[in-house]
Amino acid sequence: MNAKNDDTTAGAADAAIVLHGRKVVGGCIEGEALVTRDRISGWGGIDPRTGTIIETRHELRGQSFANKVLVFPGAKGSSGWSSQFHIARIAGTAPAAMLFNEMTTKIALGAVVSHAPSLTDFDVDPLDVIETGDWVRVDADRGVVEVLKRGRA
Amino acid sequence: MKLNDDEQAMLDGRDGPAVQRAMDLLVRYGEALGAPRLVDTNNVCGTVGATMPFLRDYAAQHGGLDAVFSEFNLDSPDVVEVPKAKVFSSHLQQGLDPEHAQRQGIDSQIVKLYRQGEAYTGRLGIQPLNTCAPYLAGNVPVRGEHCAWMESSAVIYINAVLGARTNAEGRESTGAAMLTGKIPYWGLHLDENRGGTHLIELDIEVKTVQDWGLLGYYVGEVVQDRIPVIDGLRDVPNLPKLKHFGAAAASSGGVEMYHIVGQTPEARTRDEAFRGRRPVETIRYGAAERRLAYERVNTTAKDAQVDFVMLGCPHYSIEQIWEVCQLLEGRRIGANTELWIFTARATRQLADQAGYTKLIEDAGGVLMTDTCSAIGRVMPKGTRVVALDSAKQAHYLPAIMGVQAWFGTTADCIEAAVTGRWQGGLTA
Repeated sequence: MNAKNDDTTAGAADAAIVLHGRKVVGGCIEGEALVTRDRISGWGGIDPRTGTIIETRHELRGQSFANKVLVFPGAKGSSGWSSQFHIARIAGTAPAAMLFNEMTTKIALGAVVSHAPSLTDFDVDPLDVIETGDWVRVDADRGVVEVLKRGRA
Repeated sequence: MKLNDDEQAMLDGRDGPAVQRAMDLLVRYGEALGAPRLVDTNNVCGTVGATMPFLRDYAAQHGGLDAVFSEFNLDSPDVVEVPKAKVFSSHLQQGLDPEHAQRQGIDSQIVKLYRQGEAYTGRLGIQPLNTCAPYLAGNVPVRGEHCAWMESSAVIYINAVLGARTNAEGRESTGAAMLTGKIPYWGLHLDENRGGTHLIELDIEVKTVQDWGLLGYYVGEVVQDRIPVIDGLRDVPNLPKLKHFGAAAASSGGVEMYHIVGQTPEARTRDEAFRGRRPVETIRYGAAERRLAYERVNTTAKDAQVDFVMLGCPHYSIEQIWEVCQLLEGRRIGANTELWIFTARATRQLADQAGYTKLIEDAGGVLMTDTCSAIGRVMPKGTRVVALDSAKQAHYLPAIMGVQAWFGTTADCIEAAVTGRWQGGLTA
């Protein structure tokens, strides 16, 4: 991974870190980051009615991703992944955006049906530069993510 | 993504609005994946059921089952009239067993909705296999067959054991595939993506169904969504072992494909399994790893008093029902314990004929179909502690239902059903 730490401008605020990725689902949105290095299960891993992680040994167990910019490695588990995130969208608890590294059919379809702006294939690993609580602007159409570090935003 | 003339015509609305919505979803999905094109499929396994509370309410508020299909099978912005499936399509597991609804604590009103759903899938020409293991109920894809299946335990089985080709599809993509006969040509549809990545070397013998589940649970957590290759196996595993292995590996990780050297169809040699490439990592599996997997699967278990024994995840084969009958014959389930065994309807019919259903019932157990405890959220009322012989079910059920789960052998589970106490443990 070639971190381009010089690439911090691009119209962003002074403190912004800028990442470039490939659009999975288009759209622009900003919100607070929720970051995990654990992959996420859909069916049996989340409660879509509350947007909460329920998997027994997950580091985010009990936390809600509703309207957060969810930053995670990728999807795992049941093929009910998409339908759970689909239900979350209808229930109003889907993530605001999804940023992830590992492309699978589960996450591609899940991102598509959740209608959440989503990106992958980043030039900088989002797990290395985004922390929970950071403010993140996602412009999936342009493939740009701006990160305002917590406390500096 | 490149569409051929036929696909473009579907996208342009030639075959009506439902097919148009289906093709629109496949294009959005294919482009999200980065797929170059679609591939034809004539074998789709998905789910269109609407018995779970959220979907029941959605159907009631938005205009019935076409509304559910439009939203949850097509991601359509509007409700469209859904035509017959264009290609051979099968239904996976359902949310309840209509024949045992009362025992499962399901209201008769919901059974009525189930029957409406059954009539709906009948009208669409979807086969009511109603199982997570369609390959046990007459849908057995052949090597090289492009399929569009969901249900992670079935996906891994048909890829690895049968050599068919499918990614882990979802409710929406299988819905779209039923109406179009198309699915993105990506991932495991391409030969170059089916080669192994991780070499698993066995330091201990892997023999029993339990052994295979523990190996799968361990390997899945290590390789996540990559492709493990198991080498050094001495015994030929049978269907229940490979079914358990795949289900476990697809639960702790996202494994959709594996190879067993000298056993599975695309792995006559280690070199073929890896498609001539070198493994990115070699993982040794010995007694310590087996112990670790056992402890992880049993994370939630504390109390030895067992209320409920659930077998049949993935749905039991006739061989497994026969095995249970051998363990149960002449015995009686404890007064404070229930035993529910889940299988496909087709297998249940065989069990009826063979006298197994009666033998199980005479012992105090029940042979159920269509669903399982995790999918249907069905358990005996007041259940606190469950005994299971499936690493997959032990992974999911505590998270979904807030119960403790013991994982052991089928014999451990039958003992628990009879005595009401968990006495299992990992032997050496």
